[in-house]
Amino acid sequence: MHKRFVSIWFRYFATDWFSLHQPERQQRPFVLRTSSHGRLMVSAANAPAEQSGIFKNMALADARALVPDLDVADDEPEKIQRVLGKLAEWCIRFTPCVALDPPDGLLLDVTGCAHLWGGEEQYLHDIVSKISARGYWVGAAMADTPGAAWALARYVSQPGVVPPRQHVHALLPLPPQALRLNADIAERLHKLGLHRIQQFIKLPRASLRKRFGLPLLQQLDKATGQEMEMLVPIQPVESYQERLPCLEPIVTATGIEIALKQLLESLCLRLQQEQKGLRKAVFKGYRVDGKTEQITIATSRASHQVAHLFKLFELRMASIEPALGIDLFALEAPVVEDLLPVQEKMWKAGAGLDDERLAELVDKLATKVGIGAIHRYLPTEHHWPERSCTESSSLAEEPATAWRTDVQRPLYLLPVPERIEVTAPIPDYPPMLFRHREKVHKIVKADGPERIEQEWWLQQGQHRDYYRVEDEDGSRYWLFRLGHYHDKTFQWFLHGYFG
Amino acid sequence: MVSSQSDIVHQLRHDLLRLQGFVPARHVLPTIDLGPINRAFPQHVFPTAAVHEFISATAEEVTAASSFLSGLLSSLMGRAGTVLWITGRTHIFPPALAAFGLQPHRFLFLHPAHHEQALWAMEEALKSPALTAVVGELRDISFTESRRLQLAVEHSRVMGFIINRSKKAGTTACVSRWRIASLPSIPVDDLPGIGFLRWQVELLRIRNGKPGAWEIQWRNTQFVYASDTVDHVANSQQLSTNNEQLSANNYQLTKAG
Repeated sequence: MHKRFVSIWFRYFATDWFSLHQPERQQRPFVLRTSSHGRLMVSAANAPAEQSGIFKNMALADARALVPDLDVADDEPEKIQRVLGKLAEWCIRFTPCVALDPPDGLLLDVTGCAHLWGGEEQYLHDIVSKISARGYWVGAAMADTPGAAWALARYVSQPGVVPPRQHVHALLPLPPQALRLNADIAERLHKLGLHRIQQFIKLPRASLRKRFGLPLLQQLDKATGQEMEMLVPIQPVESYQERLPCLEPIVTATGIEIALKQLLESLCLRLQQEQKGLRKAVFKGYRVDGKTEQITIATSRASHQVAHLFKLFELRMASIEPALGIDLFALEAPVVEDLLPVQEKMWKAGAGLDDERLAELVDKLATKVGIGAIHRYLPTEHHWPERSCTESSSLAEEPATAWRTDVQRPLYLLPVPERIEVTAPIPDYPPMLFRHREKVHKIVKADGPERIEQEWWLQQGQHRDYYRVEDEDGSRYWLFRLGHYHDKTFQWFLHGYFG
Repeated sequence: MVSSQSDIVHQLRHDLLRLQGFVPARHVLPTIDLGPINRAFPQHVFPTAAVHEFISATAEEVTAASSFLSGLLSSLMGRAGTVLWITGRTHIFPPALAAFGLQPHRFLFLHPAHHEQALWAMEEALKSPALTAVVGELRDISFTESRRLQLAVEHSRVMGFIINRSKKAGTTACVSRWRIASLPSIPVDDLPGIGFLRWQVELLRIRNGKPGAWEIQWRNTQFVYASDTVDHVANSQQLSTNNEQLSANNYQLTKAG
């Protein structure tokens, strides 16, 4: 697909931001100041100030001489950059790939986005009007390369859409600075009388390189598209994503459900065609006031069933707060797995873990109770009881090793072993009685010891000597002694109950 | 043709049972054979598609009930069944299930945050025919709550088990109420140490059946009933008196092994 880019330029970004809460500042000369080498300098000036002849990098004293009642505020460059970052996030409603262009611009990769707005002209117009409505002076241009869009947004009085493959022509009358050159290269070009790009674009590359160095050629190539320029998006672009912009902000639950259903249908269709299923999905609603609402679901098996996924989202739907309205919905699938089509079975009884209905039930429970709250256990090759099995949230995972049946393990294992007091006759003998929670148990039968050593490559500590014991009531317990009998520092614990 | 009065009564009883949800098990469903205990059930068949309740107050009783339950599940699950086990803080230790002839990775464990969530999850799970059985460890379940579970089960024909962790349980709509207590184990071939597991199984309440109490052992992945093992019981009591000698022997055996 033909690449298209939009460059957005906030010409008076810093002063506009300072004026957001004091709109009267827009009407009179207003500058920001910073201290540089012991002098106060103008770091940003608004439109009325520029009309009065005050520009950036002018000494504040000179500016005050021009306009005695100049409005001045301290510059906060870090805060301004954060605001630009926020604005970039907000622009994700227009395209998933938004890159920062410091200090006062944004670059958008809008390939394949404009048709959702009914054409490139409407798309660009929508961007400009929405950002202007937020109180910023904005210039935006669309072209085939980021470099050309950047140049056109800044150096054309009425920037707009440059039709595909026309960008080089549009660049010709612009000054060399439009190529994002260093100030000294641009100055040297001007000194040589090269005031327009058209004057040097046709010059032999070897001589341009000899006189102005490689950067000029590189920037020229980036602007014309000879050299690829990669944008670094502020948020990684999900490869499985569907977007649905709305003409009117949506505020009702029904509207949100319709949007979700449409997005799910198109995403699932795509997954189905690629024989994939999603394990995790995020449904985002971009609100008119710039905030983002989102709900996340996870599935226990890869799925591309619209009805099932919709049900999962429905359980979380109540947490979406549309406020003044949502004007863009997006559905992303960050985790996608292969899902080979299975043959439909006429009889579904006894499908076990492969049963689709089981996966749907598990997803439903996980969505309501919590994603980590439901799991299976798989055996691992460890002797230490706490490590002898691991949790698995996937229904498809098979045990890597067999379950051990040669050792006796308690049906109930205490999550943390509990201290007990014990009377044991001789070293390494099972205890005669033990006291747990103020109750004395007289031991009638016992098996053991079964020594389990610490796995030193995982954890340091003392070994455990386990005993299976049965008291006079017939209750069976799993006790262990931590450490050697002769060390005098050993302790006894209750670790589990046998049936 | 006029049928005799006893025939009519028999037919009516049968219809009543059917209306109450005691539908004879279909061929596809595995059944549970509990030997002499079968006689306590209506039509001498263990009621599947019903919710059974186990009363257990202490950790020991819960474990005993869970063990008996694991024994039941081993005949119910077969090769492909799946079980959802809803439990609070206490943990079933999955490797131990293997001793009951079960495949522990076929068990799903759910840890709900509170009672209402546990009930919701249990009801949803009981509605799904994808599961073989649902086990819920609940505390103080009310009559209405249990009736909802019973209704869900009658529709989907999944088996439900409640381990009711309360000291004095109120009335519930469950089809049966059991209490399982551990009994001293039976030695294996007169060897010292802990032998076959043995429980006192009390059927406190059964709808349309006869309550009773039995002794059951777990031997080599199946239940063995007290009537078959009277000799062993007597042996065990005699043997278990001399504990110290047993332990000593046992110790030597373990060392040798």
